[in-house]
Amino acid sequence: MTISANHEAPDEAPAMPGDGALAESLLKFGISVEDYMLPARHQIQMVTPDGVLVPLGEQGTQPGHEYPLPDDSELLAAYEQLVIGRRVNDQNSALVRQGRMAVYPSSHGQEACQVAAALCIADGDWMFPTYRDSVAIMARGIDPVQVMTLFRGDWHGGYNPHERNVGIQSTPLTTQLLHGVGVAHAAKLRGEKTVVLAMCGDGATSEGDFHEALNFAAVFKLPVIFFVQNNKYAISVPLAQQSAAPSLAHKAVGYGMPGERVDGNDLVALLAVLGRAVKLAREGSGPLLVEAHTYRMQAHTNADDATRYREDSEVAEWQAKDPLTRMKTYLTGKGVLSSEDETRIAGRAEAVAAQLRQGLGEDVTVDPQDLFRHVFSSPTPQLEKQSAMLADELAREEAAQ
Amino acid sequence: MSQTLTTPSAANGNVSAATAKAAAKVASSEEGPQSLTLAKAINTALVDAMHEDEAVIVFGEDVGTLGGVFRITDGLTKSFGDQRCFDTPLAESGIVGMAVGMAMNGMRPVVEMQFDAFAYPAFEQIVSHVAKMHNRTKGAVKLPMVIRIPYAGGIGGVEHHCDSSEAYYAHTAGLKVYAPATVADGYRMLREAIDSDDPVIFLEPKKLYWSKDLVDLQELREQHADNTRAGTSGEGRAAVARAGTDATLIAYGPSVPTALAAAAAAAEEGRSLEVIDVRSIVPFDDETVQASVRKTGRAVVIAEAHGFASVASEIVARVQEGCFHHLAAPIRRVTGFDVPYPAPKLEHYYLPGVDRILDAVDDLQWEDQP
Ligand SMILES: Cc1ncc(C[n+]2csc(CCOP(=O)(O)OP(=O)(O)O)c2C)c(N)n1
Ligand SMILES: [Mg+2]
Repeated sequence: MTISANHEAPDEAPAMPGDGALAESLLKFGISVEDYMLPARHQIQMVTPDGVLVPLGEQGTQPGHEYPLPDDSELLAAYEQLVIGRRVNDQNSALVRQGRMAVYPSSHGQEACQVAAALCIADGDWMFPTYRDSVAIMARGIDPVQVMTLFRGDWHGGYNPHERNVGIQSTPLTTQLLHGVGVAHAAKLRGEKTVVLAMCGDGATSEGDFHEALNFAAVFKLPVIFFVQNNKYAISVPLAQQSAAPSLAHKAVGYGMPGERVDGNDLVALLAVLGRAVKLAREGSGPLLVEAHTYRMQAHTNADDATRYREDSEVAEWQAKDPLTRMKTYLTGKGVLSSEDETRIAGRAEAVAAQLRQGLGEDVTVDPQDLFRHVFSSPTPQLEKQSAMLADELAREEAAQ
Repeated sequence: MSQTLTTPSAANGNVSAATAKAAAKVASSEEGPQSLTLAKAINTALVDAMHEDEAVIVFGEDVGTLGGVFRITDGLTKSFGDQRCFDTPLAESGIVGMAVGMAMNGMRPVVEMQFDAFAYPAFEQIVSHVAKMHNRTKGAVKLPMVIRIPYAGGIGGVEHHCDSSEAYYAHTAGLKVYAPATVADGYRMLREAIDSDDPVIFLEPKKLYWSKDLVDLQELREQHADNTRAGTSGEGRAAVARAGTDATLIAYGPSVPTALAAAAAAAEEGRSLEVIDVRSIVPFDDETVQASVRKTGRAVVIAEAHGFASVASEIVARVQEGCFHHLAAPIRRVTGFDVPYPAPKLEHYYLPGVDRILDAVDDLQWEDQP
């Protein structure tokens, strides 16, 4: 039996699928296709909000949904990025208040997702982020000041996507998922084992391109991880008004791909779940969807007033589930994080913040001729004319001064 | 999909066998001028481009086994395998969005939208990404992709199968928009489009798919190879489709044969009309168009699309700005009416025809002729 819509509904529980890459990975778990594709009954959580390791038997896992604990060095490195990510968010919000940036969609509260997204993929892999994923992009190694170019307003994109295989931050919701699908498809046709992590928010899952991307990835059996950060709101609209699905992870099964939900403020669980997803995808399982339950602690952007649509008590509830304090408590208790580590990490975070302050504190000089330079590989006669017109305008302005 | 593609330097057995087969087919094709349809010319351009470059990938709806509803991709899957020409699920945004990603990652996708009006689901991808990626990345990301669209009417098609959608694309900065009108241009311009490092919207006048012309494929291939070597091409240039002295008819795509028919009819009445085939809407060849109008002093622009806020209007504006002192009469437009594309039994009222063009020519204030 193959996994396709081509066969009639079985009378009994389906047999193990006999062929296909997905089937192979299924054999590892000894469960039915449906059990494999459906998310576990509970979100995967490994460390409680109080920073205590959930005992293995109580992690809410089922057959096929067990995840090994990442090792200590991986956790410590991730924690460092977590601290840096929080510092970046706070620094950027401050820079917006000081007028050094036009707008900043902060991922404050979602830093565990950001860090895990960056760390779960390998160097040759690709990431396709949204406007909210600046921290993930920086954690992947792109220069922080370049990342902020979009929000500072001197160009629509500040980094070269080919430098670290990171798509340009996408604002039109879920359009970037299809680009991720295309990158994975091209790689697959050449026989390369490139994994793509394609990111979007909860509200964005209502968009048509979300559906098209999942379907294409599944039909062409592409190694794409769809990583949905469910931060409970799309600007002001709560998830209940976006979807009647039991969870966003459940959407995956309809496309023939597995979905999993994970505590998005639990960095340990995120690393475990995303890590396994990447491994499976690289081995040829086809696409997977991971939904992370998290919370947008601040307004949608600085231009938004979150008090108009949510209660302070709800925010306070999530404050208690903060990803940083949780990780800190856990790692300290485990003896992995020393006070020297803390000092070193705080220093690193401060250095990145200083880099942002300095980079964004400098006044950028924009070149008006850039308007025409990059529309096409070489400018058309029409653009050349317009470029000359602007140059002339500016020359006369200067002469008049 | 069984095997994987290889880089040209390390061709694997499967793909190179298919490529060799295609090459053999190409070599055995007749030499010298032959009667060819526009459909076949476009198909041949695809075959040649796929043969030359393994990065050229064709996909869309029904383009694989069937060879496309207009058979433009006929034989590609058979010759090149189902990794290089394949069917996708029905989702135009998906097709274009996936092509963006593939183009970012080393491929040169050529995708087909089944019909003009069915490209609209892909509009966001086209406008927000295909057109802008190069600009927003300051050229770091190039999107060498072609979106082929069978377009315009005159085939008795039902609703949503006959739109002239060129203005949407031409209005969008960052897209090249080509509209071939001749069999030879079907070949030439598609090769140029595939070679282009910029994304191209390739508008194929579906009513001309089965029109024939004598073309020498070998010569076209050699021209293309020469242009590639020399780094020159006719890209972005308009053509004088018929020389004349009294007035200029400016047309593109499906309207070119209509303009030529009008010029032939006018000649019988003793009026010499020049016909300019715009070929490339973006970039637009002001030079060729305006040289003609400066010479004749009169112009009519012909297009199937609605006239309001149209490419035809843009051409009028440009000619007026560039040739005002050479004009003996206001420039006229003969376009579709500003109504939704009509049902088959009404389309002949809508489409610019020879008589309507000749009426417009008659209106060009000939009494003022010195
Ligand atoms: C196609 C499209 N429609 C609308 C918008 C405006 N918009 C920007 S962000 C946003 C909310 C998205 O919410 P979600 O996907 O949950 O992501 P979050 O902002 O919460 O991270 C909206 C409606 C957009 N950017 N793109
Ligand atoms: Mg949200």
